[in-house]
Amino acid sequence: MSDFLLELRSEEIPARMQAGARAELEKLFRREMEGAGISPSEVTVWSTPRRLALIARGLPEATQAVSEELKGPPVGAPDQALEGFCRKAGVDKADLQTRDVKGRATYFAVKNIPGRATRDLLAEAIPAIIRDFSWPKSMRWGAASISTESLRWVRPLSGIVALLGEELVECEVHGATSGWVTLGHRFHHSGDITIGSAADYAEKLRACHVIVDHEERQDLIRSGAAKVASEAGLKLVEDEGLVIENAGLTEWPVPLLGRFEEDFLEVPPETIQLTARVNQKYFVCEDDRGNLANAFICTANIEAEDGGARVVDGNRKVLAARLSDARFFWDVDRKKSLAEHAKGLERITFHEKLGTVADKVERVAKLARWLVEEGIVKPTSVRPEPVEGLSFTAESAPEEKSGASTSSARTVSELADMAEQAARLAKADLVTEMVGEFPELQGLMGGYYARAEGLPDAVAGAIRDHYKPVGQGDDVPTAPVTVALSLADKLDTLFGFFEIGELPTGSKDPFALRRAAIAVIRLVEANQVRALVSEIARSWSTDKTVGPGLQVEDFLQDRLGVMMKDAGVRYDVVQASTDLGTRLDGDVWRVRRRAAALQSFLGTEDGANLLAGYKRAANILKKEDWHGIEGEIAHTGEEDPLSQVDDPDMKAVIDAKMSDRHAKELSYEPEPAEKALMDALAKSEPAAAVAIDAEDFSGAMAALAALRAPIDRFFEEVTVNADEENKRAHRLDLLAAFRAAVHKVADFSRIEG
Amino acid sequence: MDRNPQNSFQDMILALHDFWSANGCLILQPYDMRMGAGTFHTATTLRALGPEPWNAAFVQPCRRPTDGRYGENPNRLQHYYQYQVILKPSPPDIQDLYLESLRVIGIDPLKHDIRFVEDDWESPTLGAWGLGWEVWCDGMEVTQFTYFQQMGGFDCKPVAGELTYGLERLAMYIQGVDNVYDLDFNGHGVSYGDVFLENEKQMSKWNFEVAETDALFDLFNKAEAECRNALANEVPIAAYEQAVEASHIFNLLQARGVISVQERASYMGRVRDLARGSCEAHMAKEAPVWAEKYPEWSA
Repeated sequence: MSDFLLELRSEEIPARMQAGARAELEKLFRREMEGAGISPSEVTVWSTPRRLALIARGLPEATQAVSEELKGPPVGAPDQALEGFCRKAGVDKADLQTRDVKGRATYFAVKNIPGRATRDLLAEAIPAIIRDFSWPKSMRWGAASISTESLRWVRPLSGIVALLGEELVECEVHGATSGWVTLGHRFHHSGDITIGSAADYAEKLRACHVIVDHEERQDLIRSGAAKVASEAGLKLVEDEGLVIENAGLTEWPVPLLGRFEEDFLEVPPETIQLTARVNQKYFVCEDDRGNLANAFICTANIEAEDGGARVVDGNRKVLAARLSDARFFWDVDRKKSLAEHAKGLERITFHEKLGTVADKVERVAKLARWLVEEGIVKPTSVRPEPVEGLSFTAESAPEEKSGASTSSARTVSELADMAEQAARLAKADLVTEMVGEFPELQGLMGGYYARAEGLPDAVAGAIRDHYKPVGQGDDVPTAPVTVALSLADKLDTLFGFFEIGELPTGSKDPFALRRAAIAVIRLVEANQVRALVSEIARSWSTDKTVGPGLQVEDFLQDRLGVMMKDAGVRYDVVQASTDLGTRLDGDVWRVRRRAAALQSFLGTEDGANLLAGYKRAANILKKEDWHGIEGEIAHTGEEDPLSQVDDPDMKAVIDAKMSDRHAKELSYEPEPAEKALMDALAKSEPAAAVAIDAEDFSGAMAALAALRAPIDRFFEEVTVNADEENKRAHRLDLLAAFRAAVHKVADFSRIEG
Repeated sequence: MDRNPQNSFQDMILALHDFWSANGCLILQPYDMRMGAGTFHTATTLRALGPEPWNAAFVQPCRRPTDGRYGENPNRLQHYYQYQVILKPSPPDIQDLYLESLRVIGIDPLKHDIRFVEDDWESPTLGAWGLGWEVWCDGMEVTQFTYFQQMGGFDCKPVAGELTYGLERLAMYIQGVDNVYDLDFNGHGVSYGDVFLENEKQMSKWNFEVAETDALFDLFNKAEAECRNALANEVPIAAYEQAVEASHIFNLLQARGVISVQERASYMGRVRDLARGSCEAHMAKEAPVWAEKYPEWSA
């Protein structure tokens, strides 16, 4: 058993590619070894900017010899067949053996594959690994690149160390030959380092200022940055992405804290943090009150002779220049009002078929106003009530952080004005210098600029938050102006792209319509916006057609289903809650609550038993082809008769028939269990209906629960298929009425079990 | 005579000349046209094509009209200098040579944190791209380091290494000044501002406010036509000059704010067609000669 060390040295590997490269190296190494019949158990991979390293422990010295038998044609087969077999098997005809197979003499080729030295296998594996290595981007270099066939690597590959135990694995790849020799830190160590084996590799490098284990460097940066922050009386703003990136840029990381001029803190803190992070890869710090401090932490790759004073000073100057730019943008942008900036949107194309961003702003402004005027978005902020156990709305809904309560709109017309005003300014920051430099700050900067020019807090807040909710954990706006604007913005996007047929396909969603749909659902949900998207589309359109509205509603419904499933709602419960017979419930708020109530009801004993009773009743009705009262009306045998219960035109007819039927005295004395079910239905059905009207789905489930004992008893004591036709008809009607009552609450036929 | 790159902008340039001259580079002079980057110099673009070895270093003045700040910003200029080194094929010790050149102008990598940070380069205008780094010195980008992979839409065979030093930035760093205009130009008290401040003021005004836009549009069209004329007459180097001219006129039009977002793409496409057309014509003209001289090479 020996340990194997492979180091592939190169010029600086981009930090962002190192994790993928480690995985690729291990994958290809295992592929090569397993192909040769070796299963490496313990494989460790490391990376620094200048090297990829792999250590495989406990490799055998050689592979086992194996004997392989191949069955050939029977003796007496045509020569051609025999020759073909020999060629395929790679054996001489003379070496074939004959065996008896089910009474027939048959040729066999027996191949003895000798075991091979692992060192030889590795010598072949290394070039294969290098050749097949997949980098996100690779390049050619040097004199060999006069041919495009020359080796490709992420940056020039400069050396290979390959040792099995203490022996060299000799190989050569495009001019690079393996050896014992590597290099240490670019500046702290000059000259060659001779590695003895996998055992001394990491320590020899450490002695030459290279920490080869990336996780150790990450730990050093994480703890080192926290330490220099606390020594300065500050708290590090943790940033795991920066930890990993800086570990990928250094072989000997040394976190150093510097200060920038306090004056810069007058620009929005987000811009400071962003410029420090994105442009300079610096950490930032907070003071004890949680405010951004005038400090940065850079990660040097050297232990400088002066303790890093020069390094810090140089970095401070660079950051100061960057912050000067940010302050310049902040000052210049504020010289114009957002309304003036907004004029520049006429020059930006939103989509070639949907006009400029200015065109979109115009549509959104009108829609936002309309949503308020129609009462779809109401002037008072709704405190979202979490759906029991299944909520995907953040528990603590974000209150307007800007103290909107003091300036929020009180009347519909005030709110409508504010929504329109916010909409007209919401995209203006896209043409500001700051957002041009930092696109991530869209919205946020608009909010700052709005506040700076003295716009009402509710308007500034809406501009700031109108892209929200963006990701899964993102806050959902609840301030009315923001809700109107955010909803209008997303609906306009959905209507627009559906109108021109630019729909998401598979994994491609270039206009982020799925995200827009999820945002609409979450906004609607959190703010109890009670309007069908198809209805909004119809009322809103100039020609009063639904246009793409129904498609958008279906699209939302799909997303809602996915979201509910992700939130732990059973698939069949989702179906039962959205699909009421043939009618889809497009009301997000209702669907969610119905599903939540249904799922918890099904978890109770009453729920499970009622479902069993429902299934039994439905099976009997199906077997008897009994459609009850509804079945007597225009039953063509094609459509689902239950659908007619929901058809307003049919309701009068059904009601008339029902009262007609009920007017008739029962022609026989019902059995006690039958009577009990009739009585229970007479109570439960209206109770459930009242609860449904009030959207009290738990109440509706409770009303259904009262049917559980009577239906159980009915099945126990009453014979449905009585000999007397009048009894049979009445009892089947009773079951149909029971089924109909249950269906008004949810489509139990969708429930499995 | 002793160089003093730590205190003198011109000595820093001369030290770089000495260094790269000693390392086998031709020391060329700037291209006598207005251009946005040293890469536009024919010693870079056209020489990056073909199999012939090529090692050259030169200073190239760069014009970026939209970066003008009327002499009021300590870091931004509409006219500044790049130091270009092009080494073809890229030598195996190119990083070491580069780091040595930093030592020569006074940057000690044990006192200053030098880092190679991923930065790939692409010029759609030139149909060119390469992989490499921006080199950081204490967090400041001081050099762009690129291995050219394609130029004018052609694979570079062999690959050239290109080093582009930002001279003012480096000098500010080395001299320890925060304002570019405070740089000591000659080591004897003449400042960068003495030489260039008035130019920056006037040229910023001209770029942003004064330049006659109708005349610029006209110049653009004329350069485009002349490029095609040169191509038709098989003088690709002359055609390439007109592409460089058109590119700069386009930058001026941008600074004047008279090119809309929609038009912008179209203008860039026109410049690209000229530049690539010139490279293609250059390639077509030289390929037979190169193929004869370098049998292992093919176009």
